[in-house]
Amino acid sequence: MPSTIRVRAIAGSDTTEVQVLIQHPMDSGFVKDKNGTLIPSHYIETVTFAWNGKPVFTAYWGPAVSKDPYLKFAFKGGKKGDPLQIAWTDNLGQGDATTARLL
Amino acid sequence: MKDDTVVTKGRHPASRRQVLHGIALAGLGMVAGGAGVLDAAWPAAAAVPASGWPQQAFAQKSEAAALKALYGLAAEPSDKVALDVPEIAENGAVVPVSLTTSLPDVSAISFLVSGNPFTLAASYRLSPGTEADVSCRLKMAKTSDVIALVLAGGKLYSTRKQVKVTLGGCGG
Repeated sequence: MPSTIRVRAIAGSDTTEVQVLIQHPMDSGFVKDKNGTLIPSHYIETVTFAWNGKPVFTAYWGPAVSKDPYLKFAFKGGKKGDPLQIAWTDNLGQGDATTARLL
Repeated sequence: MKDDTVVTKGRHPASRRQVLHGIALAGLGMVAGGAGVLDAAWPAAAAVPASGWPQQAFAQKSEAAALKALYGLAAEPSDKVALDVPEIAENGAVVPVSLTTSLPDVSAISFLVSGNPFTLAASYRLSPGTEADVSCRLKMAKTSDVIALVLAGGKLYSTRKQVKVTLGGCGG
């Protein structure tokens, strides 16, 4: 199965810009399906980012984050080829992890 | 909005989530000391459970309660916090928000949506060296304010902007 995480991390002269897209339904628990039954909430709670094994950024999300979440941030340092580890877990205990290389 | 009980549906006990979260962290090769770096910058008053995910703050329905559960601090409006949101969002399911600030020592950034069933939408922890420049996409149930909170040097700063939503993003 392909990874649910798509990353684009570009190392600039002094900062690295990270953009990530995660495939996830992010069901809020307020939406009904076409039969009128509520779709139970199912959303990512935590996304962690570590550069060279050192945590740089942590996202805590609630159900109000859009489906297939997008996130952008930047950190100081980073050079081409450095590993960036990304992992997410959701409220049902599912998750995924990947290691990207800085571009 | 609607019945209170629905939101707890499908939720597994925290213990299981913590275990799995722990596995994910271990998979990242984060040692306990490394993970502690983020927590050190966090005010002691904040109610953050062991898993790190601020469950209580995400369960609050009012802005003030979410703020209290999240930081235990009062926010001071600041023009140094630049929040970029659309004036009109045609689709409340996908509202792009982004924040930059010139404040130094930013350790956390949070986004709240005043008109949502639960006000807190997203909360980010920044390690030293991480830039205070974050973008993401949020759902908005109706026309209301997006509130950005920035924790910098142990003090909390905020700014807010109204977004007009023509089609709500929380269904129903």
